Amino acid sequence: MELQAIWFFLWGLLWAIFFMTDGFDFGIGTIYPFAGKTDTDKRTMLNAMGPLWDGNEVWLITAGGVTFAAFPLVYATMFSTLYTPLMLILFALIFRGVAIHFRGKIDTPTWKKVWDFLIFIGSFVPALLFGVAFANIFQGIPFDGQGFYHGNTLKLLNPYGLLGGVLFVLLFIVHGANWMAVKSTGKLQARMAAISRKTWLALVPVAVVFLLTSYFATDLWANYFRYPVLFIVTLMNVAALLSIRYFVVNKTYFKAWFASAATIVLCTFFGIIGLFPALFPSSLHPDWHLTAFNASSSPLTLKIMLGVVIVFIPIVIGYQIWAYHLFKDPVTEEDLDMDEAY
Amino acid sequence: MDPVFLSRLQFAAATMFHFLFVPLTLGLSVLIAYMETKYARTGDKTYLRMTKFWGKLFLINFALGVVTGITLEFQFGTNWSRYSAYVGDIFGSLLAIEASVAFFLESTFIGIWIFGWKKLSPKAHAGVMWLVALAGNLSAVWILMANGFMQNPVGYVIKDGRAELESFMALITNKHGLLEIIHVVPASLLLASFFIMGVSAWHLLRKQHLPVFERSFRIGLVVGLVTALFTAFTGDLHGVNVSKTQPAKLAAMESHWETQTRAPLVLFAIPDQKNEKNMVEIGAIPGILSFLGFHDFNAEVTGLRDIPKDERPPVLPTFVGFRTMVGLGTLFILLTIYGWFKRNNLTENPTYLKIMLFAIPLPYIAMEMGWVVSEVGRQPWIVYGLMRTAEAVSPISTTQVFTSLTGFILVYGLLGLVGFYLMAQTVKQGPDAANQSEKRS
Repeated sequence: MELQAIWFFLWGLLWAIFFMTDGFDFGIGTIYPFAGKTDTDKRTMLNAMGPLWDGNEVWLITAGGVTFAAFPLVYATMFSTLYTPLMLILFALIFRGVAIHFRGKIDTPTWKKVWDFLIFIGSFVPALLFGVAFANIFQGIPFDGQGFYHGNTLKLLNPYGLLGGVLFVLLFIVHGANWMAVKSTGKLQARMAAISRKTWLALVPVAVVFLLTSYFATDLWANYFRYPVLFIVTLMNVAALLSIRYFVVNKTYFKAWFASAATIVLCTFFGIIGLFPALFPSSLHPDWHLTAFNASSSPLTLKIMLGVVIVFIPIVIGYQIWAYHLFKDPVTEEDLDMDEAY
Repeated sequence: MDPVFLSRLQFAAATMFHFLFVPLTLGLSVLIAYMETKYARTGDKTYLRMTKFWGKLFLINFALGVVTGITLEFQFGTNWSRYSAYVGDIFGSLLAIEASVAFFLESTFIGIWIFGWKKLSPKAHAGVMWLVALAGNLSAVWILMANGFMQNPVGYVIKDGRAELESFMALITNKHGLLEIIHVVPASLLLASFFIMGVSAWHLLRKQHLPVFERSFRIGLVVGLVTALFTAFTGDLHGVNVSKTQPAKLAAMESHWETQTRAPLVLFAIPDQKNEKNMVEIGAIPGILSFLGFHDFNAEVTGLRDIPKDERPPVLPTFVGFRTMVGLGTLFILLTIYGWFKRNNLTENPTYLKIMLFAIPLPYIAMEMGWVVSEVGRQPWIVYGLMRTAEAVSPISTTQVFTSLTGFILVYGLLGLVGFYLMAQTVKQGPDAANQSEKRS
């Protein structure tokens, strides 16, 4: 029992870290065609995430892999019932991956325009669809006890689902703009700070509406009312969200980025806590909910994987922090002149 | 056309495409790490130029390898959900370990390597490349272990209608998986060596950048010779093991229909699966198949006719795949031995250089064919003897798979073209483009 509960929260944590790390890459890619006025701006944006985004993306692979290892039935049902949106996310991620690497390889406007477009698509689509997917998971997915899907993919774009998508996009834009404010100087930095401030003004009402509609559209609040102490998480979430604004206005951009990172993690945990113990609820019948207790791997696998995760994830976090530290300074002209730069 | 057939096609296409990039990055990362270490130790700028030139080609392949790799992880869930639910307890763990132990390391440090030239000392920077090389190959080890389970399931019990882990030790000491590792990892080095030799030959034929490419060619030659011999040796071990654990695959590899002792090796045949015989058969050498499969000229080799019809793999691809792989493997040994004697006056042997240039695709073909033998030869099972491929597919519609498959063919086709074009450009520009910090507007 405890083992399965621990794995439930590890599962949530891995998704939260993925959204927190790759989230700012998605955000930067989403504002990229609009905020990057010149080629130098654009290249500054790409090189600001350049050394880090590859490693960030692996959090998705790990979140997926851990879902597969610890909750195989959830992995199987989630990926097959959400076939179409996941394929769209997959193609988007493929585009983003090659676009960032290949854009700078040839210096013609057409070549760059094509990859610029794909960087936007490859960042905006996953940001939106991950939000839509998770909001739909919060509502429950129409699948039966045999794993058959009885829904219509277009119905994923219901109001609450779309609201989740918009929430993710806005969160990631703020997070990305904060990172860009850390990694740039002068005009670009000022522009990024302005984007962060303005987007934040849209983010707050969307977040409030999302939290309120969650009460009607989902069962997420039930756990909170059962254990009111959990409202601390929501309060921390609000505090983190407010502090973003404070730090951006005070031009302490690294702190602002840290605050948006915390906001994303806490937002994810708002949902994860509300879902517990379900990982993938069925909207058709509560008996078909896939939970930490009916969809997990064997105790032996959970134990071995717990050992692996406890040893290796801190190591990963350690060397990723070192990588962030190594590349914490703003992108300079000299950096852009490097032959290896994007 | 049903979801099973389309999903198989999609998985085959996605995996084979992925494997156009992966072996080169596995092998090349080690060779680049060696070159950069030489530079860090001696300060010899030629090694730096080599590192940067091959590094560029490495990165193009790395980018394509990563994005096509995500597809594979996704597909187990999207298209093979019954399989994922049935063996996820075991197979999922291996994939999760691969991500957390190896792929993180590779992806994080490749970023540091690309952007860290000025942030790190030359020695530390070379060390980062060693980590990338180690992590990439460690990734391969875990993935091959996962594949080893599909080929030869061990360490599990059937409980509550699924396979559950019983012994992790048995799982990670699976003989089939270990044999795959010592065959595929050196084969990747072999492929990278031939790539280096072929590209170097192109420049040597034009008598340009001689220091860089003579030295590169020689590194490729030494590594190519050693790995060609070693890969053939482990391939033989692999064959002997398959004979014992997967008799149907062995019979299909040889299009061998009749159970017999002193089984012959057929040099050329056209299998006719429907009528359970070979349409044409030329050059049967008695006893050789028995020897190859069991290291005993008199051993009995089971024929396909003694294997139930619904447990026979498709014979033609398995048979042709095996012959192509072995034939090319032999050619690699001959080419590198010949090159060994000419190593000190390469530029005076333009014919050999031309052959090596045109030999670049051959290790790719050999490796893809090796996978055809391994995976098509495993059919009709997704997990050998435990679960059939037809039972493993997700409850999804034909339209869904057809649409995604069309998408893959289009997108991968374009990516392949772009990748090839960029690699050709990089090769043509040569090592000096890698050293000028040309200003890009």
